[in-house]
Amino acid sequence: MSVATPSVPSLAGIAARRGQAPVPTDAPVKIDVDRMNFYYGAKRALDGISIRIHANLVTAFIGPSGCGKSTFLRSLNRMNDIIPATRVEGTVLIDGQNIYGPGVDVVELRRRVGMVFQKSNPFPKSIFENVAYGLRINNMARSKSEMNDRVEESLRQAAIFDEVKDRLHESALALSGGQQQRLCIARALAIRPEILLMDEPASALDPIATQRIEELIYDLKKNYTIVIVTHNMQQAARVSDHTAFFWLGRLVEYERTDRIFTAPAEKLTEDYVTGRCG
Amino acid sequence: MERVVRHFQEELETLKQRLLAMGGLAEERTRVAVHGVAERDHEAIQVVLTGDEPINDLHIEIDDRCFKMLALHQPMAADLRAIVAAVKINSDLERVGDLAVNVAEAGKRYLQHPPVKPLIDIPRMGDIAQVMLRDALDAFVRRDLFLAESVLLKDDELDALKTQIFRELLTFMLQDPSTIEPALDLILISRHLERIGDHATNIAEDVIFMVSARDVRHQPFEAPGSGGSRL
Repeated sequence: MSVATPSVPSLAGIAARRGQAPVPTDAPVKIDVDRMNFYYGAKRALDGISIRIHANLVTAFIGPSGCGKSTFLRSLNRMNDIIPATRVEGTVLIDGQNIYGPGVDVVELRRRVGMVFQKSNPFPKSIFENVAYGLRINNMARSKSEMNDRVEESLRQAAIFDEVKDRLHESALALSGGQQQRLCIARALAIRPEILLMDEPASALDPIATQRIEELIYDLKKNYTIVIVTHNMQQAARVSDHTAFFWLGRLVEYERTDRIFTAPAEKLTEDYVTGRCG
Repeated sequence: MERVVRHFQEELETLKQRLLAMGGLAEERTRVAVHGVAERDHEAIQVVLTGDEPINDLHIEIDDRCFKMLALHQPMAADLRAIVAAVKINSDLERVGDLAVNVAEAGKRYLQHPPVKPLIDIPRMGDIAQVMLRDALDAFVRRDLFLAESVLLKDDELDALKTQIFRELLTFMLQDPSTIEPALDLILISRHLERIGDHATNIAEDVIFMVSARDVRHQPFEAPGSGGSRL
């Protein structure tokens, strides 16, 4: 079966929509990115990305491998800084402050903008210590009882407390993959971030554990702004309010998720979500 | 497990509630239309003639909900059957709303003439059609196979009454040509009520499919509970 090669998107049309708040919503803008370019050495990985991400909603980034969605996600808490020879142009405002501006405290930025990775990566410590660690290094618990309370609160928010409450001082590595991932979410939540970036948080999990993570994401958006990268379009459809479709380093379409998956404006988005390209 | 599917289940529950609201409207409008004809109540007829909008709005809203749930949640098995059933039930209920308007239209014309005869069977048809609708929707909500199957059985009563009304009115028309116009409207009304029963039957068949994955359309009806695997 021959599949028609999708035509290059109408970049003029895409450019015309850039910078606009594309999604009708009352939610305030939390992250405001304007004409951002990103380079790995000489290679431009992101090209003129402008997007406004709204508070207390779930925004999903979708697109084929290498389209730049993970690079863009990591640029939102400057996680790319640790990769040599990378360079950013344009502005990324979080609550109006340019996170690439001079004098920005990157450690403080990453406290405000937490991250959960594809592969769960608990520390080789107890369940309790995994969550307490961030609180301790940030001096965020003044007493032992406050520490206990904050650990419990974080584990509850991550919907894992009931499963681990009787073995808090056992090794986190003994947990199942899905539990480890929720523990990592609890760890990220413990230091009370405002934004939670999730890079394929369920791709290594079985369907039931995936469902738990998805329901957790749905619950967490009441208190956090969540940005999730996923290869799994169905997952983006299920969990997100807004979806951004990336293609070859460009943002092709950013819309309400129900629009993206029922009536996208761009032919390229339609071809991608229907499996005709990508 | 219970916690995990909550979000989708909440949406499914809302969908069912909206369908029930629409069913309630369709049933009520059928009742008012038949009452208008039987009691020569012009005001009731007028209410039905002008009030179709809420049903039409729900028709669009429910389709939109189903469309989004299919696109965003990719439901499987029982959930998939429930949403496909909801789409079809939605169409059936919208048609019932239209038929109630058709009854009112014919009723309005009928009321311009003196009564052909005391109306007994038309109100009976109206009652049966309403019960069929109500039972079909209760069966949908309670996932009650027996109730759904009972709806299929009632359809025969409605068909028989329609035939009886036709025969009876034919004799009136043969005897007195001045009754032809109003009698034709009564025949039309009985036809519309019979069609409402057909839509209730469709809904019951969709409920059976939703609950048991059994397709009972276009085949002789088997006694309740006798259905099994067709493999």
